[in-house]
Amino acid sequence: MKNRWLVLENKIFVRWLSFVSILTMILLLIFFITLTVSSWPAIKANGIGFLWGKTWDPVANHFGMLPFLAGTIITSFLSLLISIPFSIAAALFLGEYFPKGAITDIFRNAIEILAAIPTVVYGFWGLYTIAPLVGKFELKMHMPAPGVGILTASIVLSIMLIPYSVSLMRQVISMTPTTLKEAAYALGSTRSEVITRIILPSNISGISAGFLLSLGRALGETMAVTILIGNSPELPRNIFSPAYTMASVIANEFTEAIGDVYLSSLIEIGLMLFIITTIINLLGRLVIKKISYSL
Amino acid sequence: MESAILRTENLKVSFGNTLVLKGINMDIPEKRVTAFMGPSGCGKTTILRAINRMHDLTPEAKVEGKIRLHYEDVYEMDAMQLRRNVGMVFQRPNPFPTMSIRENVLSGFMLNGIKLKKLEKEEITEDALKKVALWDEVKDKLHVRSTSLSGGQQQRLCLARAIAMKPEVILLDEPTSALDPLSTSKIEDLLYELKANYTLVIVTHNMQQAARISDMTAFFYLGELLEYDDTKKVFTNPKNEKTQNYITGRFG
Repeated sequence: MKNRWLVLENKIFVRWLSFVSILTMILLLIFFITLTVSSWPAIKANGIGFLWGKTWDPVANHFGMLPFLAGTIITSFLSLLISIPFSIAAALFLGEYFPKGAITDIFRNAIEILAAIPTVVYGFWGLYTIAPLVGKFELKMHMPAPGVGILTASIVLSIMLIPYSVSLMRQVISMTPTTLKEAAYALGSTRSEVITRIILPSNISGISAGFLLSLGRALGETMAVTILIGNSPELPRNIFSPAYTMASVIANEFTEAIGDVYLSSLIEIGLMLFIITTIINLLGRLVIKKISYSL
Repeated sequence: MESAILRTENLKVSFGNTLVLKGINMDIPEKRVTAFMGPSGCGKTTILRAINRMHDLTPEAKVEGKIRLHYEDVYEMDAMQLRRNVGMVFQRPNPFPTMSIRENVLSGFMLNGIKLKKLEKEEITEDALKKVALWDEVKDKLHVRSTSLSGGQQQRLCLARAIAMKPEVILLDEPTSALDPLSTSKIEDLLYELKANYTLVIVTHNMQQAARISDMTAFFYLGELLEYDDTKKVFTNPKNEKTQNYITGRFG
């Protein structure tokens, strides 16, 4: 009797799991379909030129998303680049040098709390601390000095990315087999040699996964970037230029979008952001797979 | 005793508050195989790892007394230099999985940032792999990942990796305990040949192994060295009752 109940229970459990997994798939599909349907007026009106159009002029009914695409890609990769040395250092500190202990707990929690700060707070903080600093530097270099722009947004964004990559990288680094480290020490390596030639290479796939996670975060980040990027719908000339990202133009202009095509163009940007993020994620996964295969 | 290459003087090792080695005095002869045996927890691995200062990596480990390599205290030497001169082979084969067979043989140089010419690399690789009788098995696939080798081959590769650095002493921590009988006997044959050029110190659980391959045998029990003599004497005419009980299989 009890046995039969267990079998039934197991059946219900498996059904529930399959239901939830299928539901997620369906939601993703519905999400994609809704976005496509809502952006249909824009797709019809703007044509394929929308993807590489350089002008965004809602008043003249000119819609091109290239400035936003450029802004998104540049800020994401720049912030990732800035965060790499810091995240690797923090992950090594927590994963290799001090994997346990009270001080480690404090550091680990501090880094994880970075992820819990609301992004609007990051934006404000950046506006009042980082932006004036960048502005001062721009003045020194005899450039227009708005302070806000790609660099400012990327610096603040890079801080926001650190907890995402560190939490994953710390774990993979701390799981490096002791036998490998001992083998390297027994051959006369110093600690830095063990780190650069054994620990980092043998965890390359985990470390790349950490960066991929933070890249995804950077691509979609909206609030902080909207405050700091300067909101200028033009192709950026250098890393100090004010620019715009796909997420921030949607956030900024959604409420004031008058007319079907305008609104629908913003939704099309959202659809494209969805597609691009997916593509970059898939490519990243492919790279990671390739790296770990060649090991 | 003939010329000793290693000498311990009142060597004590403790982890936290536990004294694991209780003052060991012994001389290890040059170009011989010396076996450390004894039941689990007797301190045989601890003393082995004290010789190349692997305990430096464990913060709670404390080493007292002296270990001399050619009369020089190893704890006053540069640890990295020492470890290049005293190679080590571990219990489980641990070739570097990210490296090819060739890179594994040369890993000691690579890790230490020593640049080699192409010809030197080829010579060292061939020489080390021949010494561990692996050359014929892998000479056509030096570029493949070391993890594609069998366990026994991997362990011989680890031995080759140690030999490539041209050490004087090679420490072996139960090198065959994870291997099948055939691979074990291959390694044992190798050790017998290698003692012509190297001083070998082997920790073993396996009494038959100690009897087969070693010239000197040390019997450790609860952190003390109870018996240390020619292997033949230890196995045929042990002085200590505990040793006798151990080799006759009454405990251990």
